Amino acid sequence: MTRLNREKLASAALIVGVFVVWELACLVFGISEFVLPRPSQIVMVLIDRWPALMPHAVQTLYTTLVGFALGVSAGILIGMLIGSSRLAYNVAFPLLVGFSSIPKVAVVPIFVLWFGAGTVPAILTSMIISVFPVVVNMATGLATTEPELEDVLRTLKATKRDILLNVGLPRAMPYLFASLKVAVTLSFVGTVISETVASNRGIGNMMLIASSNFNVPLVFAGLFILAGLGIALYVIFSAIERRVTGWANRKTEFAMG
Amino acid sequence: MTTNPRPVARIVPVPEPVPMPEHIPVQDTRTNLFIELENVTVSYGKGPNATKALEDISLQIGEGDFIALVGPSGCGKSTILKLVGDLLKASSGHVFVAGREVGAQDVRIGMAFQNPTLLPWLSIRDNVMLPLKIVQPFRAHWAAKRKGEYRDRAEALLAKVGLKDFGSKYPWQLSGGMQQRASLCRALIHDPNLLLLDEPFGALDQFTREELWGILQTLWIDTKPTVLLVTHDLRESAYLANRIVVMSARPGRILVDEPVGFARPRSIDTTFEPGFTTLTHKLRTLIVEARSAVGAAP
Repeated sequence: MTRLNREKLASAALIVGVFVVWELACLVFGISEFVLPRPSQIVMVLIDRWPALMPHAVQTLYTTLVGFALGVSAGILIGMLIGSSRLAYNVAFPLLVGFSSIPKVAVVPIFVLWFGAGTVPAILTSMIISVFPVVVNMATGLATTEPELEDVLRTLKATKRDILLNVGLPRAMPYLFASLKVAVTLSFVGTVISETVASNRGIGNMMLIASSNFNVPLVFAGLFILAGLGIALYVIFSAIERRVTGWANRKTEFAMG
Repeated sequence: MTTNPRPVARIVPVPEPVPMPEHIPVQDTRTNLFIELENVTVSYGKGPNATKALEDISLQIGEGDFIALVGPSGCGKSTILKLVGDLLKASSGHVFVAGREVGAQDVRIGMAFQNPTLLPWLSIRDNVMLPLKIVQPFRAHWAAKRKGEYRDRAEALLAKVGLKDFGSKYPWQLSGGMQQRASLCRALIHDPNLLLLDEPFGALDQFTREELWGILQTLWIDTKPTVLLVTHDLRESAYLANRIVVMSARPGRILVDEPVGFARPRSIDTTFEPGFTTLTHKLRTLIVEARSAVGAAP
């Protein structure tokens, strides 16, 4: 067995192990399901209530993806603008750090005030929470491009656009994808916060209602759905990243492909 | 029975006089002037802390000429290349290429740097093809020819420098010397009429280096681009160049402008001729003096 397979097996065993310990701990110490339901109970709830849960999951996924797409597009554009020159980078960075250090939860009420409760504030929250990591990484990726690589194109009398397309952007891809994996999980945080505060649909709203009814297994079922969606998106972006930026990791399968 | 054609040594008591290098007519750089540096000074930084890299350099290079720049480390040889390649602006003075201020001229430049500077996300073949994607007139046909004619062109050039079958590899899968050869291919693929070579063979072993001298010479004889070669290797400069420009230690000034008259095509055997040794020895002495003039450590 290769080292990689052993590692995969070990991490699968760890995941299963955590759930088994959780299940056993609940049984041995007689923990009430109102405090901490057993994993088996949560899975049962998931299966039983799936028709009712599905629309909420779809709503959350939809909101997150729209917000994430907007956030990433805006992030790439702003990042390109800031990263295109050292001056812009140094001038804009303090403002950017200021913006990104605002807790995004605090702006949800403002969005609700402007756009009313529902899908729009959720999308916007998901967007602004995901935009900053993308901006910062994109700008850093572009700004740290080796001048030697740009010189190769400059001696060929390449235009600024040529240099950006052939050197800047490919060079920034590993930075961009590193930020996408962070941004996509943050995007879920944004959506769920907004749904919890002001919405009548989505997993966040469902969990809020379930907890006010003391339906703790249902609350945990919501958590499981969120975790599942988050993992799925993370895996998708990791797969794209491996294909696009394999050169940065020097993966042998990339070279052969 | 045939007689042994080998000449019998020691019969002639007086050794033949050392053959003087056969002088091919040095091109008149005034009639077909291609590059001209006019009282160029370059300093890095400002105020009292400024370092002068070049001081009042004037240099004229004819079209199709092969010039080698030699001198102690840090004497501004690479700076001259950067000036001509429009990667750097002169602090004062003028640089003209093909009759116009540098940057405005319509000249295809091929440049190879000290480091291979291959783009890590492109395969070796795509790296070599990069100039075809950027430079006219190749650029106009990029979409149509990149999978056919251009690709073959890149493969043919790679084969010439001994990198056949390496086109699909990525730069990090190649040794430093192989990367350097690929980078040389990239400098040549678009038929440049001006070649700027910044110690392109510095990281190679002796034999590969000599092999590449031969390839570069053939290429120069075939297409006659104007070549500016920066090198630390005096044998290399004497083997390849028509003129060797010796520079002083920083701030760089031109000490000697030495014509090299050996007949073309030169071979490695040329480098063992007495005239060749005399020339490299003379250059070496000059550079050693230039180094000690500023008290540089040996």
